[in-house]
Amino acid sequence: MIDVRNITKTYNDGAESFQALKGVSFKITDGEFVAIMGPSGSGKSTLMHILGCLDTPSSGQYFLDDKDVSKLSDEELADIRREKIGFVFQAFNLLPRATVLRNAMLPLIYAGVAEEEREKRARTSLLAAGLDEDHFMHKSNQLSGGQIQRVAIARALVNNPTLILADEPTGNLDTKTSEVVLGTFQELNEKQGRTIVLITHEPDIAAHAERIIMIRDGAIVEDRKNAARKVNRL
Amino acid sequence: MTTTDIFHETYSALSANKARSGLTILGIVIGIASVIAMISIGQGAQGSIQSSIQSIGSNLIMVMPGAQKGPGYQVSSGRGGARTLITEDATAIMNQIQNVAAVSPQLSGRYQITAKGTNTNTSVNGVTSAYPQVRDVQIAEGSFITDTQNQSLAKVAVLGPTTVSDLFATGTDPVGQTISIKGLLFTVIGVTVAKGGSGFNNQDDMIFVPLSSAQRYFAGADYLSEIDVQAADQNSMTQVQNDITSLLLTRHNISDPTQADFSTLNQADIVAAASSVTSTFTILLAAVAGISLVVGGIGIMNMMLTTVTERTREIGLRKAIGAKKKDISTQFLAESVMLTLIGGIIGTVLGIAIAYTISSFGSIHTQITWQPIALAFGVSAIIGIIFGYYPARRAASLNPIQALRYE
Ligand SMILES: Nc1ncnc2c1ncn2[C@@H]1O[C@H](COP(=O)(O)OP(=O)(O)OP(=O)(O)O)[C@@H](O)[C@H]1O
Ligand SMILES: [Mg+2]
Repeated sequence: MIDVRNITKTYNDGAESFQALKGVSFKITDGEFVAIMGPSGSGKSTLMHILGCLDTPSSGQYFLDDKDVSKLSDEELADIRREKIGFVFQAFNLLPRATVLRNAMLPLIYAGVAEEEREKRARTSLLAAGLDEDHFMHKSNQLSGGQIQRVAIARALVNNPTLILADEPTGNLDTKTSEVVLGTFQELNEKQGRTIVLITHEPDIAAHAERIIMIRDGAIVEDRKNAARKVNRL
Repeated sequence: MTTTDIFHETYSALSANKARSGLTILGIVIGIASVIAMISIGQGAQGSIQSSIQSIGSNLIMVMPGAQKGPGYQVSSGRGGARTLITEDATAIMNQIQNVAAVSPQLSGRYQITAKGTNTNTSVNGVTSAYPQVRDVQIAEGSFITDTQNQSLAKVAVLGPTTVSDLFATGTDPVGQTISIKGLLFTVIGVTVAKGGSGFNNQDDMIFVPLSSAQRYFAGADYLSEIDVQAADQNSMTQVQNDITSLLLTRHNISDPTQADFSTLNQADIVAAASSVTSTFTILLAAVAGISLVVGGIGIMNMMLTTVTERTREIGLRKAIGAKKKDISTQFLAESVMLTLIGGIIGTVLGIAIAYTISSFGSIHTQITWQPIALAFGVSAIIGIIFGYYPARRAASLNPIQALRYE
């Protein structure tokens, strides 16, 4: 499903330029659960933005479902994001003014799904992410950090994406809540066969993945199967 | 995104910061309201000037002594300054020109008037019995000057209502009283009905005496300060005016029309001239009001730019989950159009209210027509689009990553 070939990313800040990715190559097959690890500033988020079609690489190729997406225009990338990808960000996941339900159905609004259908799907998705129905009409400032991340996961799932990308989804959460959120990811992966790429720098979190890719200074330093996989059951 | 979704987003965005939205709307409200109020004042002024010109009579052609007043020639002779028109000219116009309904020769001057200790200084107009018909004057009390009184050089006077109140205590019946004009005693035989004309040739502040008496006692010569000719109908006005010109040129032995020692003025020309003055005035008022509308529009742009900056991360998030450029720009454009539309509606209501208030309290008559309202609405929608376009485009073209990373 994902085939990344020697991609680089260079940021140009006026006179200075900084190479955040220095030739990265790997493949991820359908249904895999991959954790990307590495120290701060190593290029993890940069890589995820490229994987998520939010950005294009400076050089190299990126095949998503056998289609080269590295040279697509902004509008074509928006289409792919809407159809295939679900995002969970580290922070600022929800629109502060909208209710939980509306936040969860946002991708469907942009996809042009009919009103009744989108509400039904958003509800299903929120319940699947483990959010209580009592909170559906709350705004994000009335939710706990863990609940916010669940809404974000629900939103990432609502358009039935084949690929779920999560950039440090548990970065702001305590250990216990993190475990619960990870349980949700794990279920999505095992029961529904979704491909999940998760960024973290906590080994505890990465331990849930089948495979771990280590990045340092914009290059892959290690890519291994996770033999001692930790499995959470909800 | 459906229209309902756009409404939903717009409502939630605008109500999130009610004070700011309200102030921005206020800018548009003031702009639109002042455009509507100013234009209705201007149009009202135009209407009242036109009706006051109409009130001096109908199908009127005025013949004045002195050279034709061209541009830059204004200073020449004041009315009555030149003595080129005589009573025989008026008689000739009446007898020799077709489609003339009535001719009113006049000789006016300002004199000191006294009556039982009060005194005033006003215009004394020597007229004939044709005057009331030509100048549309009605008699409130007594009677107007007759032909017999004119032939006999009678010392009688008809007063305008303003003169009556200037000369006599309230309650006294002026008819039958005597007044002194330039030291000569005149008997008051009538009072005219108030016409209420303001400014332009106020016919209420006047004293009418027989033309022959005015020529004999005040001017000491047989000349006229004005001949008012009433054409039979609207369509014959041009013909009558042309005929008067050629008749008087012949009578005065002038071969070159540019050397004419008199001038004619068509009532329609006066209306046209006054209209062009008042419409310039209306445009000027509207332009001043328009400036405030532009300022209001800039207020919208300012607010929208601030909003875009504040909501950078929101835009990034929306784009990350699949919003297209068009979705984002529509959302922001809808916000600014909504602001101006609300402002437009409130402003229109306020503008009409202001116009009514001015009408009912002040002497200025206002006139509300649909054009300025349509204009105000059109302009406010256009302002919303123009001043919202740039911020909306700026929002839409934000890079999702940079927007998400924005602090
Ligand atoms: N827009 C940008 N302009 C210039 N440099 C950038 C930009 N975005 C990222 N970088 C640089 O690229 C490098 C990689 O950034 P990235 O966000 O991918 O790190 P990361 O691995 O996600 O770190 P963290 O774990 O702290 O989130 C950093 O050194 C960062 O300063
Ligand atoms: Mg990062």
